[in-house]
This record gives sequence, C-alpha cells and structure tokens, in this order.
Amino acid sequence: MSIDQSKIRNFCIIAHIDHGKSTLADRIIEKTGTLTSREMQAQVLDNMDLERERGITIKSQAVRIIYTAKDGEEYIFNLIDTPGHVDFNYEVSRSLAACDGAILVVDAAQGVEAQTLANVYLAMDHNLDVMPVINKIDLPSARPDEVAQEIEDVIGIEAMDAPRISAKTGLNIDDVLEQIVAKIPAPVGDPKAPLKALIFDAIYDSYKGVIIFCRVMEGTVKVGTNIRMMATGAQDNVVEVGYFGAGQFIPCDELSAGMVGYIAASIKNVRDTRVGDTVTEVERPCEEALPGYKKVNPMVYCGLYPADSAKYPDLRDALEKLQVNDASLQFEPETSLALGFGFRCGFLGLLHLEIIQERLEREFNLDLVTTAPGVIYKVHKTNGDVIELTNPSNLPDPSEIEYMEEPYVSAEIMVTSDYVGAIMTLCQERRGIYKSMDYIEATRALIKYDMPLNEIIYDFFDALKSRSRGYASFDYEMKGYERSELVKLDILINKEMVDALSFIVFKESAYERGRKMCERLKEEIPRHLFEIPIQAAVGGKIIARETVKAMRKDVLAKCYGGDISRKKKLLEKQKEGKKRMRQVGNVEIPQEAFMSVLKLDED
Amino acid sequence: MDRELELYIHIPFCVKKCNYCDFLSFSSDQKTQEDYVNALLREICYYGPLMKDRVVSTIYIGGGTPSWLAYERMEEILSAIYQNFQIAPDAEVSMECNPGTVTKESLQSYFSAGINRLSIGLQSADNEELRLLGRIHTFEQFVKTYEMARNTGFNNLNVDLISGLPYQNTEKFMDTLHKVIHFQPEHISAYTLIIEKGTPFYDQYKFDAVRQEAGMKTEVLPTEDEAYRIYKMTQLTLKEAGYMQYEISNYAKAGHACRHNIGYWKRTDYLGLGLGASSLIDNVRYTNTTDLFTYINETQNIQMKELEYEDRDKNQKKVLGTGIHADGQLLDRKSQMEEFMFLGLRMNEGISREEFQEAFHTPIEVVYRNVIEELKQEELLEMHAGRIYLTEKGMDLSNYAMAKFLF
Repeated sequence: MSIDQSKIRNFCIIAHIDHGKSTLADRIIEKTGTLTSREMQAQVLDNMDLERERGITIKSQAVRIIYTAKDGEEYIFNLIDTPGHVDFNYEVSRSLAACDGAILVVDAAQGVEAQTLANVYLAMDHNLDVMPVINKIDLPSARPDEVAQEIEDVIGIEAMDAPRISAKTGLNIDDVLEQIVAKIPAPVGDPKAPLKALIFDAIYDSYKGVIIFCRVMEGTVKVGTNIRMMATGAQDNVVEVGYFGAGQFIPCDELSAGMVGYIAASIKNVRDTRVGDTVTEVERPCEEALPGYKKVNPMVYCGLYPADSAKYPDLRDALEKLQVNDASLQFEPETSLALGFGFRCGFLGLLHLEIIQERLEREFNLDLVTTAPGVIYKVHKTNGDVIELTNPSNLPDPSEIEYMEEPYVSAEIMVTSDYVGAIMTLCQERRGIYKSMDYIEATRALIKYDMPLNEIIYDFFDALKSRSRGYASFDYEMKGYERSELVKLDILINKEMVDALSFIVFKESAYERGRKMCERLKEEIPRHLFEIPIQAAVGGKIIARETVKAMRKDVLAKCYGGDISRKKKLLEKQKEGKKRMRQVGNVEIPQEAFMSVLKLDED
Repeated sequence: MDRELELYIHIPFCVKKCNYCDFLSFSSDQKTQEDYVNALLREICYYGPLMKDRVVSTIYIGGGTPSWLAYERMEEILSAIYQNFQIAPDAEVSMECNPGTVTKESLQSYFSAGINRLSIGLQSADNEELRLLGRIHTFEQFVKTYEMARNTGFNNLNVDLISGLPYQNTEKFMDTLHKVIHFQPEHISAYTLIIEKGTPFYDQYKFDAVRQEAGMKTEVLPTEDEAYRIYKMTQLTLKEAGYMQYEISNYAKAGHACRHNIGYWKRTDYLGLGLGASSLIDNVRYTNTTDLFTYINETQNIQMKELEYEDRDKNQKKVLGTGIHADGQLLDRKSQMEEFMFLGLRMNEGISREEFQEAFHTPIEVVYRNVIEELKQEELLEMHAGRIYLTEKGMDLSNYAMAKFLF
C-alpha cells in the first residue's frame, strides 16, 4: 500500500503556554474520528501522568489521523505536539524539524505574548509555513479582530482569514481542518532515493528496546532494512515500523518519504540513539546527514543523590534512559561528604529539573535528595586558568581567584501597562539591567532587561505571575557572561560544614540569603537531644545563626489500654521519619532541607 | 500449673462524649444497651470453655463509662464471668466509673459482685477545666462519689487526671494534684493531654498542638516547656506524697500498682471482650470489630474465621479467629522482641535480662547491643543488677528511646 505524498500534512501546533494548544490537538483528533468522544480522555496527547497533572506538555508527542476533506479526498495528518514552556525551546525545535508547517494558536483575549514570538521565530527558522488560529473566542474578553491585527502587525504574517475558534467548545474546528489541507504544504522527497530520516524523539521500551520517532525525508524504510545512525555509527536491522495512533503504536508495512512514524530495531544500548541524528541504509547510504539540531547546553545544575545509597546504579540507569529522549539532560558522577555518591546534572531550567526529578521518582521509583540548583560560573584564576564551575564545592580558594563571571540572559517581558511598574521593580530587585521598553499597542508593553540567570532560575516565573496577576509573559535567551562579585555561602550545621548546602551568591545578597537559609533550616531540622547551631558563613566568617533547641520531652502519654498496636504505630511513625533523614556528623537532616534554598522567597 | 490470663471488658457507653476523647464510646438508648450486654454475655459464654486451662488474675472493666450501665446488668456480666472463667481468689477486679453516675446502691452492688478496685475519672479538680473538657460532673460530685466509695468499703481507689489542658499552667495543675492527694487514693494516673484527630479538641486546637510539639509559642495550650514543667512537678509532688511512679503516667502507694496494667507491659496474655476490645493470646493480637451491629450479630452464633494480615515482609498471612474479630496477627519473633522492649521500658523497673533470655533463648545483647550502647551513651538508659531501664531523662524522651528498639 503506498500513500500519495500529496495527501500528507505534517504539522505541529505552537503557542504561548495556556493559549490552548493541547485542547486544540484534542479537538482535531476528536473531529477526525480517530477516537470516539467516549474514548477521549481530556488532552490525549499529554500521556505522561505528570503532564496531565500539571496541564503542560513536556515531551513532544505525535499522532497520525485521517481526515476526509470537503473536496472528498482523504488526508493523512501527522500532528506533532510541542511543549510551550520556555525551558523546552529545544524540544520545540526538534518537533519543528519533522514538520512542514505549524499552526500558531493565539489566545483571543491575551493576544500575542513573548513566547508566541519566540515560537514563531523558531518555526520560521525551520522554514515552516505558519498558519494562525485565534482561540478562546468564547471568552467574554475575547477580541479576535484586534488580535488578528496584532498578529499581522507584530509577527508580520497574514491573519485576517485565521479561523476564529473555541477549542474548548469545539466551535469552528472544521475551518482549521480545511485550512490545514489548504495552507500546510505537502511533504516532498523521493521514496526511491537512499533513506534519510530525522530522529526527532526516542523512548526506551523494556520489550522493544529503543524506539526511534522519525520523519522520513527521502527513501523508504521497512522491516528488514539494515539501518545505520550516521552520527553514532550504530547499525541494526529493523524489526518493526509503524505510525502513531492516539496513545499507541500501530505497525505498518513501510515508512516512505514524507511520512512520520517510528522504527524499532532492537537497539538495546540507549547511547546508540541520538535525537537529531540521521538514519540511513547500510547498503545504500545517503550522501550527507541532515543538519540535525543545535546542541543545547544546560543552564541549571544541581546534584541528584539516591536517598538510599545502594540505589546509585539504579539512578544511573534511570538517567540514561531518560536521556534517550531528552538529550538536553546531562549528568556526570560526583560525590558529596554529606550525601555520598550521586550525579551533577545539567538542565535547561528549573521546570526541566523538577520534571526530571519527578519522573525519576515516579517512573523509576527512586527516592532522591536534590541539592540547591545553580548556574555555571566562570572562575578566572590568578594563574590564568578559567574554570567552569557547576558545583559550588569546587570553588577554588579565594586567594587563587582573580575574578568571577556569571551568565546573563536577555529577558523579554510582555505586560499590560498597569503592571509595568511592578514588573520593573521586580527586575531591578533581581539585579536586572534595563534595556528598553516598547509599547506594542496602547495598553501593552514589551520590556527588555539583561538579567543574571542565577536570579531567574529559582522562582522568577512565579514572582512575575503573581506581581502581574498573570498578565505578564516572559521569554529569555542566553546573552553571555558578565563579571560579577560573587561569594560562596556555606552552611554549618552543628559546627560542621555541609557541602551539599553550599551555594554561590551575589555578594550583596549573601547576608539576606544566609539569614533566610538558617531560618528555613531551623524549621526543617527536627529537634535532637542536643542543641544544634545552624550557621551561614562566607569565607569562614559567620554571617547568620539560628538554633534548633534540644528536645526534652516527648512522653505525651495516654492510657491506650490493651491497644498495643496503636502504640506501636506511633513508634513506627517516629522511626519512619528517621529513614528519610541524612546523617551529617551526629545530626540527622531531612531530605527536604537540601532543597530549602529554593523556598527562600516563598514568604 | 494453669496459665495466667487477664480479662478486659469494654462498655462503650457514655452519657455524652468528652471533647478530647477518641476512645470507642458513644451515648445510647436503653434498647441498644440491653442488646449489647446480651451480646457481651454470649461472648463471655463462648470464651469461658476455651480458656478452661487458664486462671484469671485480673479483670478490668473499662469504657466508655461502665457505671453508666444499669448496675443490675453489671452484676449479670460479673456473674457470667465468674461462672464461665476460673478466677484466682486474689484477683484484682477493677471498674472505671465517672463522678455523678454512681449511687450508694450501685456501689454496694459492684462491691458485692466482686469489684475490689474503682477507677474514678476526675481529670481535673477545677470546675472551669471540667466544663472545657466537656465532662458531665463537677469536683464536688467527685468528692461525693469518692466518699461514697470509701464508705462502701472500696480500699483500692484510683483517680484519673489529665494535665496539659488549654489555659493550664503548672500552678493550676498542682492545685488539682494537691486536692486529689488530700483524699489519699491508693493510685493516681496522670496522663498528658493528646490532641487526637476526630475530636472537638482537634478542630479547636490542632494548630496550637503543632506549635506545642515544635517548641514554639502557643496560644492556649501550655508551651512544651510548661508541659514539661508540669510533668516534672507531678513526679516530684507525688513522690513527696508517698506515691511511687511505676510507669510513665502511673503512680501508686506501695503494693497498689495496677496489676492489670502491668500485665500489658509484661505481655501477659489477656482476653478483651466487647466492642473494639483487643486481646493477646499465645502471641496473636486480635481486635474485635468496632461496629456495634456486626458485634451483636456475630455473637448470635460465633463462627471460626480466618483473618488475613500482612507480615513485616508484606506477605499475606492468615490466622484463625472468629467472626467478631476485625483483625488478627500472629506476632513473629521480631515483633515479640520489639514489644518486649518498648512495653517493658514503660515501667520504671524496666526489663530483666533474664526474662528476655527466657522468652527468646538468646541474650539481649546479641539482638540489641548497638541500641543499648547508643542509648547508654545518650544517658537515656541504664543497666543494673540484671535489669535494663530508662533513666529519668530516658523517661522524658521515651518515644525517642523506644522507637530505637523497632527493627
């Protein structure tokens, strides 16, 4: 069975977070009859538990659907979902490379946002045709005509005939489907040419090994084809090809140029597959590999340790498996005096970190201790060496340091004029350097700041949302390194330095951070039989102190009569609490304490 | 020689539930009480023959408020026990009662029926505090009840007290304590208030309870420091008044420690009869159903039944029980050792190395050397003349110390 290339449409949906991308994907799948409404769980593309819980899309997902257009022809749609959060730009980029066009979803009430721009530029970089859709027209505050104008003015693409829809209610979804047929170009490529397929994602399956998600650019791949990964050189025999049903793999005979699907070739070693690599035939290789992806560098680092040190190999395996389809995750072994053996891991941002942490805990059943996240600092030593510092513990002695640099980002914040003042104050507090402010329309401004990455990795996004009541949107890109006055803040618990709690901080913020850190740890550390001083120190000088009072009495007693099991449960609870603790010197520290630096701005 | 057995009888009825109470008790109508007593009598008749090779050394009738039951019914219960079980001639037979729920007549009836120890639930000598606790009586009513009991001939009386009440300080509790000492009961139980889930106190004071536990400033509950002072002053005051502390919350004049209670700490076998009652028989712990309807029904025709439980390795196991049981669990060796330690250490005299050896055929050091050393280092535990016991500091931190003996 061969498929007419002109009847294929490969596209993705891009949008600012919360503009309704996943809901539109659901509607398209539902309308085309791939699933009955009853089978339809809300947001079928977000099939990781985590995604549905948080209402965001993390991993790119693909689905093939059949659409009978008004011209009576059947079309094959390959819809590839993309994440919306700024941390996952890299993933967006991967999905885009597999598409020929993109649907741009814009919220009819909120209009163009910072992320909208960022995603459109990404799509344009990949030479995709962008087709705008105005969503949420059922909202009372919807202003579809103005938003259409805004898309034309700000982005510069034709938007007057953009479908005005409500993905939530299903209104005008037919218009979207017809426009996909009309506006998204059909793929090109010769099915008889040597195989050339782009790996845009991969997952590890315990039965099938690594499953490659790919877009075939040229040629054809079928069961029995000997394939080779051009970057890693790994060779394997294809055992199954297929396409993506909603939430399941559907085997088929072959994948030919223009098609999106998966390849299973009993690849056991996860390192053999790299997202962005090109798959070709062993016997008849293509001449050159596809351009692949720009390698993304992690921006945030933290230590991940198994709570139970015996689980160290399990953690390594789990990280390797996650890396199969998340090349942006990086890790290398490290040791900590307080926490034992673990990994220093690099992430795209804090959300990425949290998601990896949760996936490790849920999908791999690991109990983790996470240290405070930090960025990569450049340490210029007096002897001329430059160190890229990802772990605060490795900071050389101050006498050997000439100066230090920290990474800065160019931040773009789009906000309604009412909140310009509040947002500028926030940026100033976070050591932002004001660059410019432009009014996109009378009530909305685009503010640009240069900011230290360190200041935005913790909770900037949350602070932004709360100070603008949700009306601000934010995007950033790396700008480069700037010289900065930085110090290492150490925490001493019962006079012993706990390496896993050290972090690098802007000199002038050290006192404030140290004080808050001590306060927070005082709440986290349970009382012991002795008094425990908690101190913050910079370069051996104590700058803050709190004390955990000694425990004197825990005899709350009641006559339980013969109900001994109840008494035992009480004691077991006490004992259980201890298991989640880390022993440092003679003090037991709960695992949560190691993340407490993150919560400093909560109150 | 016949083996020892203790009996516990549960009477779940109260005039009204107190604000702090999370025991299995409720108010009820006459008919329910009748049905319940009949069910209890059936349970007594069922177990009597099964325990014919045992001698009952103590009987404890607890509640609820056993004295709230018509005394004729209590006579029936006791006479059924005496008919069906073999009772030691010197058996300790206790019953709980609340001030204001007894009369000269009922006391006389209990006394004649064989009860030789009364436990009076006073809780506080301050009428304002009694009101706050949701008690149905005043201190004056207690005095009357107490004197009537003495006049009836009861020469072994206990008074229950609770310290650490909202708005209470050391001085206030000492006032209660002195008022009680004045009457010279043979035994005083002084518990510390626990704010338990599901009680009105929990809704009212849960945040304060957390503050208290965290050693923070509290609103109405005594701070942790104050609660500690109350506990220490209680120990001191009662010692001076001639009461010996023999367990975390229990004090008695010489020879009047509650034998039934000590049985629990020493892991003597006991049979609990009535709604929600627990038993320990040949290292199986059973708990009766807490559902009144089920209890009444199942006692009509008591059937053997397999009870499922999960052992410490999460394996599904079964043990033989009856339809009245809600659950049962055969204690493995480790659980027996754990209990031996954390129950035994509740008593000031602690545990005996020799008894451990006898029970488990292994020296205690083989099992618990590290824990013992650790606790000795922390000055929470001492070893002397073949006994291992908690120090004063260890008693203050008993949960901390006992938890260490769990595997």
